[in-house]
Amino acid sequence: MNEAFLNTLNSIIATATPLIIASLGETITERAGVINLSLNGSILLAAMLGFAAASITSSLWLGIFVAMIVGAVVALLVAVGSITLRQDQVAVGFVLTLLAADLAKFLGSDFQNIPGPTAREIAIPVLSDVPIVGTIFFQHDGFVYFSFILLIVTWVFLFRSRPGLSLRAIGERPSAAFSRGVNVNLQRYGYTLLGGALVGLAGASYSLGIKAGWQASPAMDGDGWIALAIVIFGGWHPARVAFGAYLFAALRSLASVIQRDPNLDIPIVLLNTLPWVLMILTLALVSGGVIDRLLLMLPLPLQRRLRGILRSNPPDSLGQPFENDAV
Amino acid sequence: MTIRNLAIRFSLTLIPILLSVALTAILILILGGDPVRVYSTLWESAFQDQSAYAKVFNFWIPLTLASAGLVVTFTAGLWNIGVEGQIMMGAVFASWGAQFLDLPPILLIPATLALSALGGLLWGLLVGVLKTRFGVHEIFGGVALNAIANNIAIFLIAGPWQPPEGGSAQSTAPFPEASWLSVYSPEFPVPTVMLVVTIISLLIVGFLLYFTRWGLELKAVGKNARSALLLGVRTEQVSLSAFALGGALAGLAGAHRVLHFYHALRPLVSGGIGFLGLLIVLLVGFRIILMPFIAFILAAMLSGSTRLQALQRLYPELVGDSSLVGVLQGILVLMILYFNGIRERWFSGSDTAKVKRGTTDE
Repeated sequence: MNEAFLNTLNSIIATATPLIIASLGETITERAGVINLSLNGSILLAAMLGFAAASITSSLWLGIFVAMIVGAVVALLVAVGSITLRQDQVAVGFVLTLLAADLAKFLGSDFQNIPGPTAREIAIPVLSDVPIVGTIFFQHDGFVYFSFILLIVTWVFLFRSRPGLSLRAIGERPSAAFSRGVNVNLQRYGYTLLGGALVGLAGASYSLGIKAGWQASPAMDGDGWIALAIVIFGGWHPARVAFGAYLFAALRSLASVIQRDPNLDIPIVLLNTLPWVLMILTLALVSGGVIDRLLLMLPLPLQRRLRGILRSNPPDSLGQPFENDAV
Repeated sequence: MTIRNLAIRFSLTLIPILLSVALTAILILILGGDPVRVYSTLWESAFQDQSAYAKVFNFWIPLTLASAGLVVTFTAGLWNIGVEGQIMMGAVFASWGAQFLDLPPILLIPATLALSALGGLLWGLLVGVLKTRFGVHEIFGGVALNAIANNIAIFLIAGPWQPPEGGSAQSTAPFPEASWLSVYSPEFPVPTVMLVVTIISLLIVGFLLYFTRWGLELKAVGKNARSALLLGVRTEQVSLSAFALGGALAGLAGAHRVLHFYHALRPLVSGGIGFLGLLIVLLVGFRIILMPFIAFILAAMLSGSTRLQALQRLYPELVGDSSLVGVLQGILVLMILYFNGIRERWFSGSDTAKVKRGTTDE
């Protein structure tokens, strides 16, 4: 395999990382029944404040910490508005996504285009020397390795642990969970904050990682919406969500490879349009009747198995406030 | 309503406003600015003389048009985040008309305005069809189509619509003067036709929502689409028609931006007006009568912020730009949502039915 191709695969893993961290965070939040629609703004604000903290203190870790706190604070605002005050989750999240983005722009004017610390590439000993696989997966910065671990931990937690079971229960049947002694709203708070902290980390993985620094029109603007769409594409399942993020990053990088080809004259606007077209197409594929119609052509046993894998159904109580009438 | 209730209602409306002003002031202080001077500059810039008023109205027109359209979609329970794209598409269609339609002046303006409405309508319908036919939620369809509409505008500006001698990627060349909307007077440069269109649109939307069967069907779909369907409302058509009307009004807002405000097409031509319209609709709910007034206040803030930015070079204590106004408006709407929740939870009995969105006002 030639080196350029390996480098492309390596960069796909790197560019998918913030999307994976953010969409896994959102998966946890939505599995608990809460939509945090503020992702796009949260990521921008966390990226900006995380970078600002890191560049003032020259401490990468402090920057990451600040970014996570910022993500958690925005999530807390979503939780207060939707869980405690029972306002429409979409409304609260939408206002916050605009507010956080404007706040990032407002507070960030002094931090534009200045140098700051960035996460360094750490080649994992031994593993990075493995041919092909080593180059693709084990020559990255810490954020990438964290995303690998996060994927495994999220999966194990959701599907192989007791607290994970109750997390899914409060998203599907909160009243049932409640009657089993689960404090639904407290747990929803917890998972919204946890998901928000991960979204903040995703912001840091841009501004302290692959899209280092802060600009007037930040390069990651829009990716929060894409991360939200990836959660749907991934059917609220960590592995599929991660697959969606890699697929998305791969298609993006494919487009930029084509664009760089001097023989083809493709305007850059088309390239910038592509992610959004992809977003619509993939959502139409998983949510519409397209898959159902295709499945009907297959033999019955196969149909049932594939439908489970391909269809994307949200948690039953997603977006609905839980009121415990017993009290 | 007793005195106590009135007092509670009044303070629950006032507190969020004061809170948002105070919180924004703290942010200005953090950046080393002087909040009193920033606020007073905002106020003076918006209302100092007749031309300042005209500026406010030039923000008010597209803002009110977009919001009027958004009330329609909101009534049908639809989150038309695609409104930004619909404004941009209206602007693109109007720009085509302004540059290439060869009509006598008396026909040119109505034709370009109709084109802009068509552009917004088609872009709105696209969001609707993606939702009803392909199951793509209107939020995601809308966000994607916003970006796509902007890229179409960028492509046209930098490509086919560039003058042969070369131009800028930031704007097309100014349109021929025949396509400019004529203004009320040189001292009050607000296009008369758009003022009229805006007021008529408000009246039409109000009439449709409150006095027609279609308005009732919209509300039914918005409150509970499933029961509406079971009761024989053709929910799909109702949703699509809401998107079409909302889009057409947004498209007209786009026409105002290119045929008067810039006299050219620019990237991000809507300047966030569509999103601001969504905030307005969140504030007023279905009380369309309040809309022109709230829109006027927010338009004044927007207009003030443009001057604030210009004055900054002279006075460093005036921090912030349009994002400052965005922050203020964002905090304001968030606080009002919160205080709605506080009122419903602790000050209006135990009526849980009221909690559901859309029934929060009595």
